[in-house]
Amino acid sequence: MPTLEIRDLHVSVETKEGPKPILRGVDLTIASGETHAIMGPNGSGKSTLASALAGHPKYEVTSGTVTLDGEDVLAMSVDERARAGLFLAMQYPVEVPGVSVANFLRTAKTAISGEAPALRTWGKEVRGAMENLRIDSSFAERSVNEGFSGGEKKRHEILQMELFKPHFAILDETDSGLDVDALRVVSEGVNRAKETTDVGVLLITHYTRILRYIKPDFVHVFVDGRIAEEGGPELAERLEAEGYDRYVGTGATMSA
Amino acid sequence: MTATTTDHSRAVADGAHSHGLVPAGSRAERVTSFDLADIPVPSGREEEWRFSPVARLQPLFAETLASDGVTVTVEAAPEVKVETVARDDARLGKAGKPGDRTAVSAWNAVTEATVVTVPAEAVASDVTSVRIDGVSKDATAQHLLVHAERHSEAVVVIDHRGDALLNQTVEVVVEDGAQLTVVSVQDWADGAVHAAAHRSTVGRDARLKHVVVTFGGDVVRITPDATFTAPGGEVEMVGLYFADADQHQEHRLFVDHGVPSCKSRVTYKGALQGSGAHTVWVGDVLIQAEAEDTDTYELNRNLVLTDGARADSVPNLEIETGEIAGAGHASATGRFDDEQLFYLMARGIPETDARRLVVRGFFAELIDEIGVASVEERLLASIEAELEKSMSVITGAPAAE
Repeated sequence: MPTLEIRDLHVSVETKEGPKPILRGVDLTIASGETHAIMGPNGSGKSTLASALAGHPKYEVTSGTVTLDGEDVLAMSVDERARAGLFLAMQYPVEVPGVSVANFLRTAKTAISGEAPALRTWGKEVRGAMENLRIDSSFAERSVNEGFSGGEKKRHEILQMELFKPHFAILDETDSGLDVDALRVVSEGVNRAKETTDVGVLLITHYTRILRYIKPDFVHVFVDGRIAEEGGPELAERLEAEGYDRYVGTGATMSA
Repeated sequence: MTATTTDHSRAVADGAHSHGLVPAGSRAERVTSFDLADIPVPSGREEEWRFSPVARLQPLFAETLASDGVTVTVEAAPEVKVETVARDDARLGKAGKPGDRTAVSAWNAVTEATVVTVPAEAVASDVTSVRIDGVSKDATAQHLLVHAERHSEAVVVIDHRGDALLNQTVEVVVEDGAQLTVVSVQDWADGAVHAAAHRSTVGRDARLKHVVVTFGGDVVRITPDATFTAPGGEVEMVGLYFADADQHQEHRLFVDHGVPSCKSRVTYKGALQGSGAHTVWVGDVLIQAEAEDTDTYELNRNLVLTDGARADSVPNLEIETGEIAGAGHASATGRFDDEQLFYLMARGIPETDARRLVVRGFFAELIDEIGVASVEERLLASIEAELEKSMSVITGAPAAE
């Protein structure tokens, strides 16, 4: 059973004033099929963890380890990580003009599985997945993320999660900016992926709202670049009632 | 990313409306002449030469030029007539006067010209290919006239290869109701220096699609002009260029709306890579007082793939009447977006493939517009070859053969 292990991870971000430490010793182990919610106030480093795991060049790992089934993730390039089974649903998906969604999905799927998907079944699979996520079929011919609304971008991210079938998916604030209907559609997609592929999920969120639709097995409270408290789903309920004040003590608030 | 987008549809008539980097005086006042004495050798400080490597173009400014530096081979569609004529043939010089020193030098230096005629009402069943091969480094003048008679239809591809110092005139006459596509491909070997003046006239209800594709050569400077001679004409000018280290690729366009109810669209896109790669795009559009109901839009986009490359982009729009259907321009130059690269790589796509996707995506819409299958295929292949070069720089691996 695949395991994603993060040990004592320290990460700095490049700034004009030089490297600035963001993550200060993160320890986390995720097994297949598990869903871990990472919650925390703005600026606590949640999204940095997501980007660093995917290998974004802006973030430098200064110490610590990340392994996927014992393989050194940090030694892998961005594309190698994806092919090893890591998937990052991005908070701000990037527009790629002139590259159609259909072409992009096929190219990525081919790269990840090492062979082109069978024409007969692939088209049907894509259409079915798009239908499930209420993505109009015309999107296949549109340029990746170009002119998509916030909700369309997030659904397009989850579409990829369903089609690429990663071992571990990191959802970086996938719920932010979604209305209730879109949140439900996106959550259904994540839950389908969980049921059909045994994917391990790292769900990064500021709000508890999405946890009504995607049930976490574990909840981690992220404060100042490390995990301040861990627990089961009941921890999320407490956060809902109390906010992050008791962790940060600076009046940081939280809304559900 | 720097970008400007302007809609002049509701601009007021203010004589010579123009903005951005405004050249001295109106484009309409620029000297044009068949006489060498009227257009002296430039110093490089003149508006139309300020971006150009004038020293490297020097041999092409001469009063006399050879005629044997290139060979001209035409494979014509069966309906199309090809002749070689003397310089005093009455059909030459009808598409406007030279507008700069290379153009006037070329006009005066040629001894003969190639004339490609699409007879009236003929519809060419195949592409007509004009192959120009550089065979020596003697500074050479060459002249081509493409004449589409009334209600004819044809596609003419001018293909430049080899190494040469070429000063060229391409005249394009599109008579009433004709539909002509002219494609000029600059696929020169390293070392070539090429100046070309393309002068076009477009008649009543005629349509010209003018395509420029520049990849090779050390210095390529092309000045496509289009003039409407009667209402209802339409010009689409499409350009695609890809500059490598130390290449200078310059495209200066001028669309002259002097009659009512004509339409022009200019779309040029370029990619640059390597130290000293320099591209220049200047798009002048003049809407004269008589040219009511004009509809024009021009766009230039540049994608800078590596450090050390420079793209200059200058749109100029002069509007002398308020009674127009639409007028606008847009210009943007941006660096290769590392976030796009990250996004694609985070989906398992290797870096070389990801870069290819982005650059092909940048050009995709333009390639579709060309509408000549053989040119489109060759273009895609050339883009691939250029990308192989940049990949070898980025990854340190040798370029594939």
